[in-house]
Amino acid sequence: MPRWGMTIDLSKCTGCASCMVACKVENNLPIQKPEVILQSRDISWMEILPMKEGEGFEGGHAEEHSDHEEPSRMRYLPRPCMHCDDPPCVKVCPVYATTLDKDGIVSQIYDRCIGCRYCTNNCPYTAKLFVWNTPEWPDEMMAGINPDVSVRPKGVVEKCTFCHHRLQRASEQAKAEGRPIKDGEFLPACLEVCPTQAILFGDLDDPSTPVARAAASPRAFRELEDLGTKPKVFYLKEDY
Amino acid sequence: MSSSASQIPETTPDDGNPPPLPEWAQRVLSPVYSAGRSFKFWTVVLLSIGAWSLYAYWLQLTRGLEVTGLNRPVYWGFYISNYVFFIGISQAGILLSAILRIWGADWRRPIMRAAEGLTLVAMAFGVINIVFDLGRPERSHFMMIHGNIESPLFWDSIAISVFSLVSIAYIYLAMIPDLAYIRDRYPHVRWLYGLLALNWKGTERQKRILDRILYGMALLILPVAVTFDTVVSWVFSLTIQPMWHTAIFAPIFVIGAFFSGLAALLLVLALLRKVYHLEGIIRPRHFDYIGRLLLVLTLIWGYFQFTENLTSYYGNEPIHIAILNAKLTGAYAYAFWGSVVGCFIVPILVLSRKKTRNVNGSLIASVAILIGMWLERYTIVIPTLVNPRMAYDRGFYDPTWVEWSLFAGCTAFFIYAYMLYTKFVPIVSLWELEEGIRAGVNEIEDETGIERGLGFGLGEDLDGPSYDTLDETVYAGKRGK
Repeated sequence: MPRWGMTIDLSKCTGCASCMVACKVENNLPIQKPEVILQSRDISWMEILPMKEGEGFEGGHAEEHSDHEEPSRMRYLPRPCMHCDDPPCVKVCPVYATTLDKDGIVSQIYDRCIGCRYCTNNCPYTAKLFVWNTPEWPDEMMAGINPDVSVRPKGVVEKCTFCHHRLQRASEQAKAEGRPIKDGEFLPACLEVCPTQAILFGDLDDPSTPVARAAASPRAFRELEDLGTKPKVFYLKEDY
Repeated sequence: MSSSASQIPETTPDDGNPPPLPEWAQRVLSPVYSAGRSFKFWTVVLLSIGAWSLYAYWLQLTRGLEVTGLNRPVYWGFYISNYVFFIGISQAGILLSAILRIWGADWRRPIMRAAEGLTLVAMAFGVINIVFDLGRPERSHFMMIHGNIESPLFWDSIAISVFSLVSIAYIYLAMIPDLAYIRDRYPHVRWLYGLLALNWKGTERQKRILDRILYGMALLILPVAVTFDTVVSWVFSLTIQPMWHTAIFAPIFVIGAFFSGLAALLLVLALLRKVYHLEGIIRPRHFDYIGRLLLVLTLIWGYFQFTENLTSYYGNEPIHIAILNAKLTGAYAYAFWGSVVGCFIVPILVLSRKKTRNVNGSLIASVAILIGMWLERYTIVIPTLVNPRMAYDRGFYDPTWVEWSLFAGCTAFFIYAYMLYTKFVPIVSLWELEEGIRAGVNEIEDETGIERGLGFGLGEDLDGPSYDTLDETVYAGKRGK
């Protein structure tokens, strides 16, 4: 059984946010009104988190260095769900609505979720999201709804699934042909659109895959690694 | 007989000609039979607020939680802090009742019923606030049928279930003799009281069994009540959120719950004695005793707060300091310092002096403590969520009118439910008082002085006679007219 994981090369990431857009389209995320976004209720399974170089996060708050002589440069951190191997969100769910699947994907069962938001609060990456209102699309966009992904009703928690529906397709195909699933058969939408190929995806347990090699690179790190959540999303440090 | 009977009937049923009740007992019973104009006035006021909150909840049900001020990453807000607040009040009443029963403190007798009522009513409103908070309230029962044993929230649902079952059983059992009083002496909604009084005849054997059961249940309530609030604290402290993930939360929650609940009890007692003219029964010494207990709890509260915040400050970890700053000097400073004033400074000033540890002083202190404890719950929930671990996500939280309305509605329904409780059973336990009078007289005859200073051993320092027998209570009740 492969253990699906992702690496994101920060020195290749341009912060173009096409992964965000591809994710929204692939996973039927509604386009929210500006006021909803201002209320901090927009839902993006994949997000580009911007940080200005030279601004530290002292005590969690951005410290201004306005007297900095050189113009500051932006850095970007794409954040999907980290699909931890020891996920803090799974154990606190009172109704088994979020589980760690045997292929390493942390999944969310929308029909089971009661919307208590305990998992969102216990996710140190703030990667889980709550559906605040009934999703709506302009009529013109209804034809573009992805039939493979269920539209979530209001009041449940959702999150990046590593495009789990694509895995289902690929594994059905492999099963029909009577062979194990091959590396590269299952790729998430964010990877496909990345213009600089900053994202790699595949089986972390197979050392021959590019993703496993990248994850073993000395540049590789994981967010909040010291918490022991064992995320399966690796970042490659930016070159200077 | 209909519930509209405005007075206790003069005659009693002809079975066995029981002696007429003393004046104090009639005074205790009369609210069950009659409702004054102010009751009707407050019914209208409170139910209007309640109806408004129902409208707000309907709006939330149809539109989803977008009508609240919650957002990402502040996923919990008013509802959860209200839940902790009401659950805290709920824990205290029955815990006090159980402790005093085990202690054999005779001064407990006039105030136990009132304390137990707080538990009964507050429990319901605590649980309701969890349902408010759910995105899919129609799936609440999933917690029971699909419960994940690993989740502290599931433990919480078990703890609430156990606590409510034990409390309801205990409170109901302690009510039975009084329900039988109403059934036999002054019939009133006979089918209901007849049903609820079971087959209580007041024989010595029945009384002995009831006493034994209540004592046993009081012993059971001690661990159940402490576990109950501990599990509520675990919902927070077992997460890996900064400032939540701390072992001191369990004792802080347990002590805070007892603290806020006793303050609520003092407030209720002060109102009850005034509204129902029970000055002779609920007496200054009750306020004095509970006031002293509150003073001790005030000091423990301050000690815990200091310890918790010093630990975070000295550790100087950025993620903790961000939250500590938000509490001490930042956006939530008003709530934190408000809770320090309400829970520490005011109670110390008022309750540490004998002169001000009276009914009016208790009123001031308990209102300050209730506001302070509510603010404390708020500063537990919000600042942590506003400053999560990922440095990129900073939150904000402004509760909307829907959340305020549901809070107001909960408070209104809470008060109204308590008012109904006082109309359903005598708010002072008649049979326990009567038993106390009998036992008190005997004790005084047999071994005078031995039982002095029952309760917390505080009686000695009081002015005047240290241990008043309860028949004095009766006379005081007569004089108080």
